[in-house]
Amino acid sequence: MAKVGVILVRGYLALLLLFLYLPITVMIVMAFNQSALYQMPFVFDLKWFAALQDNQKLLDAGFNTVMIALINTVIATTLGTLAALAFARYSFRGKTLLQLLLFPPITIPWLIIGNSMLVMFYWIYLGRGLHAMLLGHVALSLPYVIIVVGARFRSFGTTLEEAAATLGASPWQAFWRITVPIMAPGMVAAALFAFAVSFDQFVISYFLAAPGVTTLPVEIYTAIRKGYTPEINAISTVIIVVSMGLMLLVSRFYRFGGER
Amino acid sequence: MRRTVRQRLTVLGLTAPAYLWLTVAIFLPLSAMFCFSFLSALPLPGRSVSFTLDNYRTIFSKQLYLINTKRSLLLGLHVTLGCIAIGYPAALALAKYVRGRWREAVFLLIVLPFWSNGLVRTFSWTMVLRKDALLDWFVRLFVPDAPSLDLLFSYPAILIGLIHAYVPYMILTCYVSLQAIDDSLIEAARSLGASAFTAFRRIILPLSLPGLVAGTILIFVPVIGSFMEPEILGGKEAIMLGPIIERQFTASANWPLGAALSFVLLAIVLAIFAATWPFLRPHLRDA
Repeated sequence: MAKVGVILVRGYLALLLLFLYLPITVMIVMAFNQSALYQMPFVFDLKWFAALQDNQKLLDAGFNTVMIALINTVIATTLGTLAALAFARYSFRGKTLLQLLLFPPITIPWLIIGNSMLVMFYWIYLGRGLHAMLLGHVALSLPYVIIVVGARFRSFGTTLEEAAATLGASPWQAFWRITVPIMAPGMVAAALFAFAVSFDQFVISYFLAAPGVTTLPVEIYTAIRKGYTPEINAISTVIIVVSMGLMLLVSRFYRFGGER
Repeated sequence: MRRTVRQRLTVLGLTAPAYLWLTVAIFLPLSAMFCFSFLSALPLPGRSVSFTLDNYRTIFSKQLYLINTKRSLLLGLHVTLGCIAIGYPAALALAKYVRGRWREAVFLLIVLPFWSNGLVRTFSWTMVLRKDALLDWFVRLFVPDAPSLDLLFSYPAILIGLIHAYVPYMILTCYVSLQAIDDSLIEAARSLGASAFTAFRRIILPLSLPGLVAGTILIFVPVIGSFMEPEILGGKEAIMLGPIIERQFTASANWPLGAALSFVLLAIVLAIFAATWPFLRPHLRDA
């Protein structure tokens, strides 16, 4: 390819990355700026992060967010792995239907799913609150877990387990000594994914939050609607660092977008 | 015989927990909301309610809801076109002109923000688009006395925010189909005398169409159902289905009407999936 072409391609990709990262960078820089009105020149100050420590509402929301994300991770990874195991190791009637049923939770806009849950939980007197949010988060995480773990299962097949069986291992031995070690990276990726789905979830939590019982994204949304303060930037910075860090970790175990 | 019974029980035991959960949290609620959309009012204790078609009648007769629907569809179209314009060249560059570690690194950098917090990313655009913020500063580098663009709370702001949020989808899906095109096909066309443009039009573009369609669906559907981005970046310009549905469930507490509106939106979504099913099918398989 001509030299001009190389420069063009690289320049274009650089511009694209600039577009993707510029706003996040500006947002983070402003979290470290002293001015309450985002005024320049830039003066480095950590006071907005310090202020977070005294904001009891935000701390409570942060605690809720992490708790829900952790419980969600355990439940979704366990149930999802079981289902993925069934899909990978058995052929049965209705399998295609079950796999197709994974797509509504991913593809139907969260707005619709969120207010359906609100209506349903109201109807069966389950109400709103952390338990309702957890119900919703697990349902949204399950399809991702099944897909991520399933991809790992498929890339291995059954040969190793069959070999173990031929060499005299009981099914239980084969499961613990072969299947589990093979699956571990897939399950770690799925667990991180599930944590991120819950940690970043806004729409579902927004509809299912009870007055005074919220998560960080819901708290941030409410604050944004009232007006911008560098404190929002500070907590947003914390969130984006955690959420991108999680995805970096996932990418060590799972290749996004198939073959590269 | 015994073996199949045992296997059936195993499969049931493995799949039942996950699918029971999905039923309680997704499928039953969707059905419940469908019923709700036919109620005359929110069923509070002691209040008698009846089944009616009034909610749907209101939606299809009032100008307000038609305008909102139209604006949502237009927004979906504009965002999708924007994502194609920005994302397709990037996917082509990554698939055909960048190799090895560089490709992996750029790829990861594109996907990373996509899987991170959407609310925070939307908020971060307010920092760029506000009056006298970075965007105005940049413009004034070239035109010192330029008035503020004041883009925040406008339709273009919603557009920018949503394109930023969804362009990685288009890059991903197009990249997957572009990557699968055998280079020798292109070389053959070129050696037979086709210009670079003809080779693109007759070979690359048709072969990458499935990726283009998949990306379009994956972007169009969530965009017409979005409410947080239009509300944060659009302010009063957020005249779309998403925000109006959200308000029925929060501010105005007219749940039955909100449920009916949600089902109109869902019907649009399902129609889109049905129309593009042949294109989506292979993608579902490898998911």
